[in-house]
Amino acid sequence: MLPANLREDFPLLTRTVRNGKPLVYLDSGATAQKPRVVLDAERDFYEAHNAAVQRGAHLLAEEATELFEGARADVAAFVGAQAEEIVWTENATAAINLVASGMGNASAGIGGDESARFRLGPGDEICVTETEHHANLVPWQALATRTGATLRWLPVDDEGRMILDDLDQLVTERTRVLAFTHVSNVTGLISPVQTLVERAKAVGAFTVLDGCQSVPHLPVDVRALDIDFMAMSAHKMLGPTGIGALYGRKELLDALPPSIFGGGAVKVVTMEETSWQEAPMRFEAGSQPVAQIVGMGAAARYLGGLGMAEVEAHERHIAAIMREGVAQIPGVRLLGPIGDENARDVIGLATVVVDGVHPHDVGQVLDDAGIAVRVGHHCNQPLHRRFGVTGSTRASAHVYTTEDDARAFIEALATVPAFFGVSS
Amino acid sequence: MSSLEQMYQQVIMDHAREAHGRGLVDLDLVQVGESHQVNTTCGDEIRLRVGLDHDTVASVTWEGQGCSISQASVSVLHELVEGQDLTDAEATMEAFRALMQAKGEAPDDDQEEILGDATAFVGVGKYPARIKCAMLGWMAFKDAIIQARKDQS
Repeated sequence: MLPANLREDFPLLTRTVRNGKPLVYLDSGATAQKPRVVLDAERDFYEAHNAAVQRGAHLLAEEATELFEGARADVAAFVGAQAEEIVWTENATAAINLVASGMGNASAGIGGDESARFRLGPGDEICVTETEHHANLVPWQALATRTGATLRWLPVDDEGRMILDDLDQLVTERTRVLAFTHVSNVTGLISPVQTLVERAKAVGAFTVLDGCQSVPHLPVDVRALDIDFMAMSAHKMLGPTGIGALYGRKELLDALPPSIFGGGAVKVVTMEETSWQEAPMRFEAGSQPVAQIVGMGAAARYLGGLGMAEVEAHERHIAAIMREGVAQIPGVRLLGPIGDENARDVIGLATVVVDGVHPHDVGQVLDDAGIAVRVGHHCNQPLHRRFGVTGSTRASAHVYTTEDDARAFIEALATVPAFFGVSS
Repeated sequence: MSSLEQMYQQVIMDHAREAHGRGLVDLDLVQVGESHQVNTTCGDEIRLRVGLDHDTVASVTWEGQGCSISQASVSVLHELVEGQDLTDAEATMEAFRALMQAKGEAPDDDQEEILGDATAFVGVGKYPARIKCAMLGWMAFKDAIIQARKDQS
C-alpha cells in the first residue's frame, strides 16, 4: 500500500478548478504533478549550491557537480543501471533522437572505426511497432531516409496487442534496430519485452525501449530487461519538465557518435578534428539544466522510496476500476484489451471513445466537472487509425490518483452521451 | 446557464448534428480556391472549397470531420458567407475572429447583426483550447479565398 497521506506531498492537488470544483487530475500520462521534495530540490539547488558543474575550482562548483552527478547515480539506481550509463537529455524524445541521430552520424562516417557497428545502409532494416508514440517512430523514419535502410513494423491486433506471429519474418538478420515501447500510451498495454529482446539478440539487432510510460509506473531494471537503450522522461515520473535521460549499455554509448557537437563533450580538439570523451560526457555538450537534473534525481528517490512494486499495484488497481466502470457505460468503447483476464497486461490508464461524440467535446464535459483528461490522438496517430478513430479520451493515473478520482471520471463520462443527445 | 451550456448552445448543437455545406461541389467558375487545414492537437481536418463569381462568394463547400464546435462553426460559416460579396465576407470573418478573442464578452449590436447564428459561439471564447476548433473552417475559408484570387484559369 502507498502511504495514506501521500497526496499531501503534492501541493497542486489541493487547488480547485472550474466553478470551485476540486481538481480530479487524470492526465498524468501527459505530465505528472510534482511532490514537494522535487520542488524543494530545485529551489535548494538555486538557493544554496548554484554553480557551473564540472569546471571551476571553487566550493560551490564542487557542490553543484556533486548534486549533478548524484542525481545521475540516483536515476541510474532507479532503473538498475550504472551511473555512466545515464545520459541527460532534454526529454525522452531527445533521448531517442540521440540514438537515431548517432547512428545516422555513424553511417556518415563520423566516429571512425569504433562507431562502425552503428552504420546502416541500403539492405539494412529498422523495425518498430504500430503502437509507437510519434517520438519512437518519426526518428526511425528519418534514420531510414538518411541511410537508405528500410523501416518495418510489427502490427497490432484489434485490442492493440502486438502480433508476434510474424516476428521471425519481420525481425531478421537484416534488422539492425528494434525500437518499441514498454507500455503503450494509448492502451496501457505492457509489451512482451522478453520475447522481442530475445529475437533481437538472436539476429544481432540493437534494442531501443521507450520507457516513458513504464519507468514512472512499474519496477524497471534495464539489466533484467536486457535492453541496449532506453528513453526516460522526468516530467512523467513526478520530476521537472525540460529533462529526460537515455540509458545505454556502457560499451555502446562509448562507441556511438554524438549528435550535438560542442564544448564539454570533447577530449582533444584541433582545427582539423576532434576526439570525444567517453559516455556520458560525449553526449552532454553545452550547459546542462542542472536544477532540473537535481529535481529528476529527487523524483527517482521519491518513487524509489514509495517502492515501485507498491506503485505498480496501485496503478493497476486504479486502471482496473476505471476500465470496469467504463465497460458498463452504453455507447462508450474502451481502446485496448477488455475483460479481467486481459486487464493483467494493462497499467495506469483507460482510453475511451464515446460513440458519436468527438474527444474534444468529451473532454469539455469532464473539464466542467473538474476532471482533467487528455483528448486527441496522444501523439499516436497510426494506432488511432488502426482502431478506426481520429482521437480518443484518456484518463491516466499516478501514485496520487484515488479510487474517488476514478469513480468521478466514470460518473462524469456517463453523462456525456446524453449531453450531446447520442444516448442509445 | 453554466459555462458549458453557454458554450454548447442549441444553435451549435443543431449545426453540429446537421451541418450545412458539407460535400465538396465541382465548380464551373472562373476563380476557385481550396484549402486544407489540420488541427494538429486532435488530428481534425477540413478541406474547404470557395468559388468566386467576380466579387461574390458564389460557393462555399467543405468536407472533413471534427468536434461539434468545429463542425458547427464551418456550417454557420457556409450559411453566412455564401452569397456575400467579398467585402462583406471579410467583415464577417473579422467579426468572428473578434468574437473568438472576446473571452466570452457578448458582441455589440452591429457585430451581432453581422454574426447572426455565429453569435452563439460567444462562449467558446472562454476556452482558449477550443478557439482553434472554432477557427478551423474560418482559417480554411480565408486561405481558400487567397487561393481563389490567384486562380486565373
